[in-house]
Amino acid sequence: MTVADWTTGEPQLVVLSCGGCGNVWYFQRPFCPRCGRLDPDEVASAGRGRVVATTVVHRAPSDEWRPLVPYTLVLVDLDEGVRVMAHAASGTAIGDTVGATFEERAGRLVPVFTPA
Amino acid sequence: MSYIAGSFATAFGRHEGQDTLGLMTQAATGALADAGLERADIDGIICGYSTTMPHLMLATVFAEHFGIRPRYAAALQLGGATGLAMAATAHFVIQSKAASRLLIVAGENRLSGQTRDSAIQALAQVGHPRYEVPLGTTVPAYYGLIASAYLDGRGAGEADLAELAVAMRSHAVDSPGAHYREPITVEDVLVSRAVAEPLKLLDCCPVSDGGAAMVVTGDQVNDHCLRVLGSGQAHQHQHVSVVPDLLSYGAGPSSRMALDEAGIGLDRIRYAAVYDSFTVTLALLLEEIGLAPPGQAGALARDGHFSPGGAVPLNTHGGLLSYGHCGVAGAMSHMAELQRQLTGRAGARQIPGQPDVALLHGDGGVMSSHTSMVVALP
Ligand SMILES: [Zn+2]
Repeated sequence: MTVADWTTGEPQLVVLSCGGCGNVWYFQRPFCPRCGRLDPDEVASAGRGRVVATTVVHRAPSDEWRPLVPYTLVLVDLDEGVRVMAHAASGTAIGDTVGATFEERAGRLVPVFTPA
Repeated sequence: MSYIAGSFATAFGRHEGQDTLGLMTQAATGALADAGLERADIDGIICGYSTTMPHLMLATVFAEHFGIRPRYAAALQLGGATGLAMAATAHFVIQSKAASRLLIVAGENRLSGQTRDSAIQALAQVGHPRYEVPLGTTVPAYYGLIASAYLDGRGAGEADLAELAVAMRSHAVDSPGAHYREPITVEDVLVSRAVAEPLKLLDCCPVSDGGAAMVVTGDQVNDHCLRVLGSGQAHQHQHVSVVPDLLSYGAGPSSRMALDEAGIGLDRIRYAAVYDSFTVTLALLLEEIGLAPPGQAGALARDGHFSPGGAVPLNTHGGLLSYGHCGVAGAMSHMAELQRQLTGRAGARQIPGQPDVALLHGDGGVMSSHTSMVVALP
């Protein structure tokens, strides 16, 4: 199972959903981590949600990220019921309602949340 | 019944030319001497891991190198919670009679054995390899996210977190083995350079070289043993993206389990050894355990509550924030200090009115793995 999402270069966030117990989750795996049912449904997220945590990274992990500092990372609770980590526009704050865009950063596509 | 019979932490800092096995050897030698035991007395060994010496079998590699032939060996990996989890495992092993006198040892040249980028990248791998790490994350960034939720959710300020860094540094002043010993002020913390906002450099523990070890036994082998009264654990998530509640991570149930096994309440605790990789780590853990009211950890530190003369002295050697952090051995230095304080051997740092019951708490990953222990004079 390889979900086509931003991690494979597709400009979308994908939520997995269990047809058995109704569980929804984000980190892809071919089974429901609550009830074990196989073949979860893939739901393309509308990309809307609310910011629950933010940080501004000044110390980059590597040369490829160094030119991009400072950059903002956030945790966002998507309307579909899962939490995702992503980049965000500078100045994004906890409680903000945001929408996902997708941008090339450090040589790969990443989700970037901006004010909705 | 099991006892912490001996413990030892090397000085933490930059130890150019030292490697993992060398630091583990120094630590093990110190802990055996502290326990008054010889290599031949040891029949069990538990090791952690080292990022500068990844190996499939570190416990037996070290046993052979150091010169012991145990009938029980294991290596454990729970990030920063490993040291205390190893002590808890030794407690279980002794109760099961699989071994009776165990050496627990860790060491790592985490600072001098690799470039700073390598250390930062190795540690960032506690994040999710597909959904977190590719975003350019670091461990301070994971904790920066957590810190923002803490400050927002508890109505605390960055100056409150800074108080915890100041308190740990004030303890390190009298701690010769500490990585950093110069006193700092809240202002120093606030103006130190941003690492992952809201965390600044002085909100973060340093990366250090060092080692630490302890000896856990089923019998009282000397006059400065501590009895293990109870232990507990909780493991609710690995990755910060899936934390169910950004103000509650598992330290509560873990510490309650340890206190319940000990049969005592939190009000009986006279010394605390709590994991402090970042100021926010310490604030969250103290508050979730119940050693500080929600949002008040920094205020209590400012009022001297956690100082050697306070109600619940905390990490009196300087903690990870100032004694330093070299991986698994990092939080084991908390145990070495605690044992000295409870047995009246802490020298210049000795707490007046020698405490008799202590709570330890370790955290690994991104507030992911929690281990607690209650120890007391026998
Ligand atoms: Zn299910």
